Formats: sequence, C-alpha cells, structure tokens
Amino acid sequence: MRIEVRNVSFAYDDRTPALRGVRLDVRSGESVALIGPNGSGKSTLLKVVSGVLRPDMGAVQIDETSVGELSARRRARSLAMVEQERPMGFDFTVREVVAMGRIPYRGRFAREARSDRRAVDRAMDLADIRELADRSIRAVSGGERQRVFLGMALAQEPDVLLLDEPTTHLDLRHQVGFMSIVRERACAGMTVLIAIHDLTLAAQATDRIALMSEGRIVVTGIAGDVLTASNVRSVFGVDAVVGAHPELGTTYVLPTLTRRAE
Amino acid sequence: MATGGRRLGRWILLGLVALTVLSLLAGIVIGPVTIPVRDAFASLLGDETASTVHRVIVRQIRLPRVLLGLLVGSALAVSGVAMQGLFRNPLASPYVLGIASGASTGAALAILFAAGSTYLLPLGAFVGAAAAVAVVYGLARGRDRRTSIFTLILAGVAVGALFSAVTSFLIFLSSGGEKLSDVLFWIMGGLGRAGWPSVAILAPIVAVGIGGVVVLARDLNALSLGEEGAFHVGVNPDALYRWLLVLTTVLTAAAVAMAGTIGFIGLVIPHVMRLLVGPDHRRLIPVSALAGGCFLVWSDVAARTVLAPAELPVGVITAFLGAPFFLYLLKTRGARL
Repeated sequence: MRIEVRNVSFAYDDRTPALRGVRLDVRSGESVALIGPNGSGKSTLLKVVSGVLRPDMGAVQIDETSVGELSARRRARSLAMVEQERPMGFDFTVREVVAMGRIPYRGRFAREARSDRRAVDRAMDLADIRELADRSIRAVSGGERQRVFLGMALAQEPDVLLLDEPTTHLDLRHQVGFMSIVRERACAGMTVLIAIHDLTLAAQATDRIALMSEGRIVVTGIAGDVLTASNVRSVFGVDAVVGAHPELGTTYVLPTLTRRAE
Repeated sequence: MATGGRRLGRWILLGLVALTVLSLLAGIVIGPVTIPVRDAFASLLGDETASTVHRVIVRQIRLPRVLLGLLVGSALAVSGVAMQGLFRNPLASPYVLGIASGASTGAALAILFAAGSTYLLPLGAFVGAAAAVAVVYGLARGRDRRTSIFTLILAGVAVGALFSAVTSFLIFLSSGGEKLSDVLFWIMGGLGRAGWPSVAILAPIVAVGIGGVVVLARDLNALSLGEEGAFHVGVNPDALYRWLLVLTTVLTAAAVAMAGTIGFIGLVIPHVMRLLVGPDHRRLIPVSALAGGCFLVWSDVAARTVLAPAELPVGVITAFLGAPFFLYLLKTRGARL
C-alpha cells in the first residue's frame, strides 16, 4: 500500500505547530525511516498517518483513500502500529496479546477461527516470541515486550507497518533483534514507516531516509545522501564522522562528544 | 501460572452457576425463621403443602430478597469489572465517579424531605447518582471532545467529596431522630427494602446493563493496551468510554437506588475472579456477575442472622469480609494485581 502525505499541518495547541506542510510519499513495499531531533515532528507525523490525530490542513492517503475516511476495521486491517511504550494494565499472556491483533478480523463473540490461529502462530514465529507464548506480558523483559507488540501488529496482517521509536528503551541485542525483524518484513514487501533515533540502524534497515526538523521534512533520499556530516550538524547540532560499513557498505554515523569552552 | 486457572475457566463458571442455585436456596432457608428445605421447594414450586406462614415468608419476603441480592451483587461486580477495565487500574470501583456520594445525597433528600413515598427514595438515589456522573463526565470532556481518564478520576474524587459534604450537611440539619438513622442505614446499604416491585424494576435494567458490558468485553481487552493501542486494532476509545460510563452508571445507580451504597463487592469480586480466570473480559464478566450475586446473598444471610432478630446493614458485612481479604491480596500478590 502506498502512503501519501500531502501538505499536512498539525498543531497540538494554537501557538506551536508540530507539523508544517509535510509532504512524503512512501511507495508500496518501500521502507522509510523518519529521523530528526526530539520534537521535530516524527511521532506526530506517525500519529497523523495512523489516524490517531486528524491533520489541521492537508491529508494522508492510503492507496487513494483518506485515512480519516477508512472504517476503523479496515484501517486496523491495513495499518498496524508499534509505539515506544505501551501500558499493559492486566496480566494477559503473550499469546493473548498477540491474538488481540486479530480483533479487526473477528466478530465480537466469535471463537478463534483457524485463520486467526494461523495468523497468530505465524506472527509469533516472525517476531521470535514462540517460546514466550504462555508467559505473562508483565513478566517478560522490555525487549521481549516490544517484540510481543511487534508480533501483535504482524498478527493484524497489515499492509503498512508504522513504528514509533520502538527500540528506544532496548539494549543493543534487542535493538538489533527487533530491527532485523522489521527489515525482514520490509524485504518481504511490507510498507514500513519507522521513526528511529539510531541513524546507523536506520540506514541498514530501510530503503530511504526522511530527515525532519521543526515540523518539516528537510530532505529525503537514500541513506548515503541524507546522512551526511553537514546534515547531521545542521539538524542535530552534532559533529559526526560518516562512513560506509566496511562489509555491508551501508552508511554509519559516529557522533563525536563535544567539549564545552571553559 | 498465568494460564493454569484459565483452562479451568469453564469449570469455574459451572461451579459458580451451581453456587448461585445453592445461594438462592440458602438465602431462602436461612433466617430468623428457619424454613425446612422441603417447605422451601414446595413454596417455590407453587405446591400448597407448606404452612401458610412459611409460604408467605418464602414467596413474599425471602425470594424477592435473594433475587434482589443476586441482581445488586452482579450489577456491582460487573460495574467494578468495567470501571477497572476503563481505568486500566485494579483499584477502581463502581464508585470512583462519585456515584455513591451522589446517590446518598439524593436518598438523604428523599428521606428527609419526602417522607412516606416508597418510590421517591430509589428515584432520588438514582437521580443523585446520575447527576454526579454527569457532572464528572462533563468536567472530564475536553474542548477537543475527547475524554481524559486522568481528569475523570480526579473529578470523580472532587465531586464525590462535594456530594458527601452536602449529605453531611443534610444529616446535620435533620438533628437526629428516626429519619437520621434511616439515612445512615441506607448509606450503609442493605436489602431490607426488597420486594417484588424492586426486583421487577431492577431485573431488566441489570440484564440490559450486564449484556451491554458483555458486548464491550472484547473492546475492554483491547483497552488494556492503552487508548492508542486500542485505536490501532480498530476500537474507538472515546465511544467505548461513553458506553462504559452510561452502562456502569445505570447499573450502579439502579443497584444503589434499591440497596444503598454497598461497598467492596465492586472492588474485590473482579479481583478475585481475575486471579481465578485471568483478565480476558469475555470470561471475567460472566463469572464476576455470578460471584458478585452469590457474595451479596451470603453476606445478607450473615447480616440477617449474626445479631438476629436485629438486622445488620449488609454493607458492614461486605466491608468486614471484603477489606481484610483485599488487604491479604495486596500483601501476597501486590505486584501482580
């Protein structure tokens, strides 16, 4: 499915606009990373794309239909989202949580159909959480929990996967594990839009990068073109060494700590 | 452990159905006058072999009272499940939104200023309860027409306090006497006003209310993922809040109007049932309804017999049993609640 963000503006209150005329095209099957400093509008853009927020101006279209016009059920079958964190009030098992991804496919009182069971099992395999199935969602580690929510999103069998800084709280192993799964799905043809802080992982996991600053998309392109030392300096205010991974050839960004003048 | 009890879910449900039948019978048999089981059955089945006294006690006093207990108990327990699901917090109860205080004010007004009318008291309580929730909901609904859960809780506390103050003021004005003890007795809760009319009024309300919450069970599950989590699987959290508030208000207000502000059922029963069958609301709601009903019937049996022929307010019994049990749960499984 193709995502078209057309001239979207949004403000949480009257004073500070969070998005100012954002345009972005994500082709069907393409994966795009949204990068940029805190407050640059990445999360807000994802919320507008997913339909949580309605844009003040402009529109988001998914295959020619405005997101706001999709029925809740159709929207949930097409778009799935993994946030940075999710509250988990009650003691559901991992499998029960993943199965909640089938809500848009099941009747209110319907038992789990074979297609549901298959989708849940497959999602748990894809997210590598098979062995956690009977554990409580509140008893698994933070890294495992994010994979559970990824599994739940995959159980929705969405065309578009939206991710809002899903690896921010994870340790290195879980970041790599999580992003590897995301890249697998992207390679398998899922359309992916992910906000992420780790520029090097973003470059490895996605086809294209959109750099945001102050509510605008400043530049989009392949990692090698967007992740330049001068872009990093002007948008993040950070000096960095940028290079190509010796084996993979993907772009890496090594930030340099600053020394303040005394 | 997380799944152990869940496989037993069906048996627990069946066990509770059996317990409900048993409670019905026990509530009829046990009391200041003990009714032989044979007479109880005979009276219930329309057989005229039991003595007239027993027949009248069973048909006109005990049976409506037990049925009212089942209805009120299940209404409170299901409201508790709904509120805990709505707030995603196991400490919520049906009274979080100031319903109890609003109902008490309405009831106090009815008792103090409109003596003698049987229907004014429940009506006053119902109107008071609905008014409290309406104020709370109005306050919590933002300019963007979205409901803030946080404001909902705080407004509930504040509005509850305000209505309690009004009730206290009314009690102060009444300067003692029989009416005062009427008000206090009502606030403590009891099934003493049971009769066929109250059962007939409450039954359809409870049926529709619980049915409505059952319809929303799946959405309540999704809501445990947070508002946005629910939204992403196609559940509209604002519509869900609205329906849950309407249903719990009607259920709780109707129950409270008939039986006063009985505490702890709506808090403890959902907890215990969640420990037994897990958090899936599709299972949790029916078992809580049955368990809440049984718990109130047995509490009422205790209220009638402990100091017989005097009758304790049943709210005293439910709190007496519920509070220590709740503390025990907190102490032993605090983190998992």
